[in-house]
Amino acid sequence: MESISKKSDSKVPPLEGFREAYTLHLADTTLILSQRNSEWCGHGPILEQDIAITNISLDLLGQSRNFYQYAAALKNDGSTEDSLAYLRTEREFKNLLLVELENGDWGQTILRQYLFSQYQLLLFQQLQQGSDEQLAAIATKAIKEITYHVRWSSEWVIRLGDGTDESHNRMLHTIDELWRYTGELFEAADYETAMGIDLAAINQIWTEKVTAVFDEAKLPVPQNVFVQKGGKHGIHTEQLGYILTELQYLQRTYPGAKW
Amino acid sequence: MSVHDLENLFQQKIDEEVKIEPKDWMPEAYRKTNIRQISQHAHSEIVGMLPEGNWISRAPSLKRKAILMAKVQDEAGHGLYLYCAAETLGMSREEMINDLHSGKAKYSSIFNYPTLTWADMGAIGWLVDGAAILNQVMLCRTSYGPYARAMVRICKEESFHQRQGFESLLVLSKGTDEQKAMCQDAINRWWWPSLMMFGPKDSESTNSDQSMKWKIKRKTNDELRQQFVDMCVEQVKLLGMTLPDPALKWNEARGHYDFGEIDWNEFWNVVKGNGPCNKQRLDARRKAHEEGRWVREAAAAHAEKRKASLNPSKGGTLAAA
Repeated sequence: MESISKKSDSKVPPLEGFREAYTLHLADTTLILSQRNSEWCGHGPILEQDIAITNISLDLLGQSRNFYQYAAALKNDGSTEDSLAYLRTEREFKNLLLVELENGDWGQTILRQYLFSQYQLLLFQQLQQGSDEQLAAIATKAIKEITYHVRWSSEWVIRLGDGTDESHNRMLHTIDELWRYTGELFEAADYETAMGIDLAAINQIWTEKVTAVFDEAKLPVPQNVFVQKGGKHGIHTEQLGYILTELQYLQRTYPGAKW
Repeated sequence: MSVHDLENLFQQKIDEEVKIEPKDWMPEAYRKTNIRQISQHAHSEIVGMLPEGNWISRAPSLKRKAILMAKVQDEAGHGLYLYCAAETLGMSREEMINDLHSGKAKYSSIFNYPTLTWADMGAIGWLVDGAAILNQVMLCRTSYGPYARAMVRICKEESFHQRQGFESLLVLSKGTDEQKAMCQDAINRWWWPSLMMFGPKDSESTNSDQSMKWKIKRKTNDELRQQFVDMCVEQVKLLGMTLPDPALKWNEARGHYDFGEIDWNEFWNVVKGNGPCNKQRLDARRKAHEEGRWVREAAAAHAEKRKASLNPSKGGTLAAA
């Protein structure tokens, strides 16, 4: 941590608030998706896949803890990974809307995972090359995991898109449910711009990759869909309040207790 | 060779501690007993994911959440090895799962109790996993090879879970008054059901004698239960908590702790399906299976298409990709 604060002090001091906000955005997004995926634990369609989705959930949780710990160090005010995850409110969470949506059926969970993981992979490849050494280090570790998430989820999208009539129809419905939340991934918040994240570049490659997978899955890529956004700035769907209510229940009920 | 000779040869192998392997001749009853026991064990791992899974979304810290999720995932993995071990005896996983869903196959009754507070995660780790381990350590030496080998792997992970459970209770026992009360309450609720995990008394157990002779089991229900009581009486002192049994008392002559009578009426009620969560647990398993049907069908249909496209001679066409 020492080297990072030195580096940021010398190079880009005005960035500090943005760096913290951006790190929290990454932390919140991975935590909330982990929380959603973990709802499948014990309820998956096939035992092997129950294990796989829980594995992804664990990977995302690990990533979120790294980001929260970094954010806590940046804040340097006694914050911890747990105070940041458990004691911030709906309006303070900066996660993408996509990750807080209800799981829906297995197809919806899988498609969301693919759309997100494909984005996350490209984003983290950029972070890996970025000037923030701590974010680069977290990204480098996570990329190994995300590469597997992309492979696993894209294979499922293809299987379900090009499986039975029922699975194909379910996937069409799922695309309709999720697509309007994908635009937000590429609309830069002030903290992303400040951190030099090039979302336009990611958008282009993401669209190519997703189109290739959808083609193989015999699924259409929607065009000109209205974009729902707000998560990056703390304006969420009505779902997030319920997620946080569960997630934060014990910390809120027994303030200050150690677990 | 007559069946009688085969049986003698089989028993001789057992007596000489030679493991029985899937392709070896075995008495039909040995096969059936093992299928029943291993599949029951597998089902217990899978149903056992539910009471603990119930607290993943509410775990009180990110570290506890990660530990709990990894633990429940380990149980899924144990279920998987055990289904595979049972399959070596000639019953498919699908048949076993159907038997679970129809109520024909049983699973450990302990999972028919609800997890009401966070402290239940610790109590399950300490008491339920602790009781399971005593049984499982014995099973590492069971006579059927694939079962014994699965258990060796499972035991390593289970002892880790037990330590984590105890550690989590230890933190509560040193916490606020509310946390201490939560800890004691969880111990009170899980103690007796944990003792029931060892099954009926030896005098009432129908399967015990033959299983001992075949070395499927190596210790009786009552021996294991006593071992468990002796162990927990010491461990609970480290927590500064108590076990909810006024009859617990060291017996110098026996060299063991005496303990009170289990409520066998409750035991049989839960076995027969009337525990607090029997219905919810089975409903949850059936629901997951039903709702996963379209997914499994799609995966199978896709695999068929892919096979056909890779083997055009068998009626398919080579895919453009």
